[in-house]
Amino acid sequence: MDSLRLRLPALALALGLIAGCGTVDQTYSWGRYEALLYDMYRRPGKADPSVQIAQLNEDIERAHGRGSAVPPGVHAHLGYMLYLQGNLAAAQREFETENRLYPESAVLMERLSGRATIPDPE
Amino acid sequence: MIRRRALLVLAFAAVTGCTAMPAHDYTAFRATMPDSILVLPPLNHTTDVNAPYTFLSTVTRPLVEAGYYVFPVAVVDAFLKENGLPTPYEMHGVPLDKVRDILGADAVLYVVISEWGQKYQILSSNTVVEWQARLVDVETGQELWRGLGSAVEGSGGQGDGLLGMAVAAVIDQVLDSLVDRTYDLSRQATRQMIFNSSDGLLYGPRHRDYETDQRGR
Repeated sequence: MDSLRLRLPALALALGLIAGCGTVDQTYSWGRYEALLYDMYRRPGKADPSVQIAQLNEDIERAHGRGSAVPPGVHAHLGYMLYLQGNLAAAQREFETENRLYPESAVLMERLSGRATIPDPE
Repeated sequence: MIRRRALLVLAFAAVTGCTAMPAHDYTAFRATMPDSILVLPPLNHTTDVNAPYTFLSTVTRPLVEAGYYVFPVAVVDAFLKENGLPTPYEMHGVPLDKVRDILGADAVLYVVISEWGQKYQILSSNTVVEWQARLVDVETGQELWRGLGSAVEGSGGQGDGLLGMAVAAVIDQVLDSLVDRTYDLSRQATRQMIFNSSDGLLYGPRHRDYETDQRGR
């Protein structure tokens, strides 16, 4: 109870900061991308490639259903997870999707889909 | 955080000899205006080995919402490791022309973490995150922007006398070791660093207010 009471002002402050930050585009559907990044580095075993692939695909489908955009990096990250599983054709498709949605990524995405050689984390 | 910022303003005013907060100089940033930002895993000047990747998991979203293409942080990390750069120290040393030619980024965000995790006092503990960030143009090597990220969350007993306070402090410290508060603090601090109206990041080309953002024009 004590810690909840102490945490509420911090939460209110954080919300205030976010709300006070002017206009922020809310058109991206973020899904669990950030949480998966955290988990893959901080909780090994909680976000192995198959878990990530399932969740990212779900997120992408949900974004399409809502008509909102899949944020930069998500298709590329999914491609990387597919690559780690040895699914090179699907990985390449994701790198190409990232490139099509975000031409800023072209140099890296072409490099990755040309030779899908990126290693395991750690 | 507020006190630190106030100190910073005071220090700045003392250095420049004026009392009004000077407008941040966005000239170089505006003139260059990168479309894409590559965030390298940060250098870590703390003893918390988890700091760099916790930070890294919180920085993409606010940068994207500020209007930039942000390279997928985990893919970049893996790619650089495979190419003979095993740690952030080597990654921060990569020449900018290679970043441009091999990864295709317009700008690189270099981050150095200076504080991370719990700071124990006798009857309370604070959780802190703090870093310095520099955005650098890959073409010229020029620094486009500099940001300070920091957030603090305090906890401590109150009202129940010394013993109660001591017990509450111990409970807080145990709880803190179970719940990683740095993740939320890092999210809060990245957002504050990028979106604060006095010296935050300019809106990038993908932001809907990019055209009307007058800073640096």
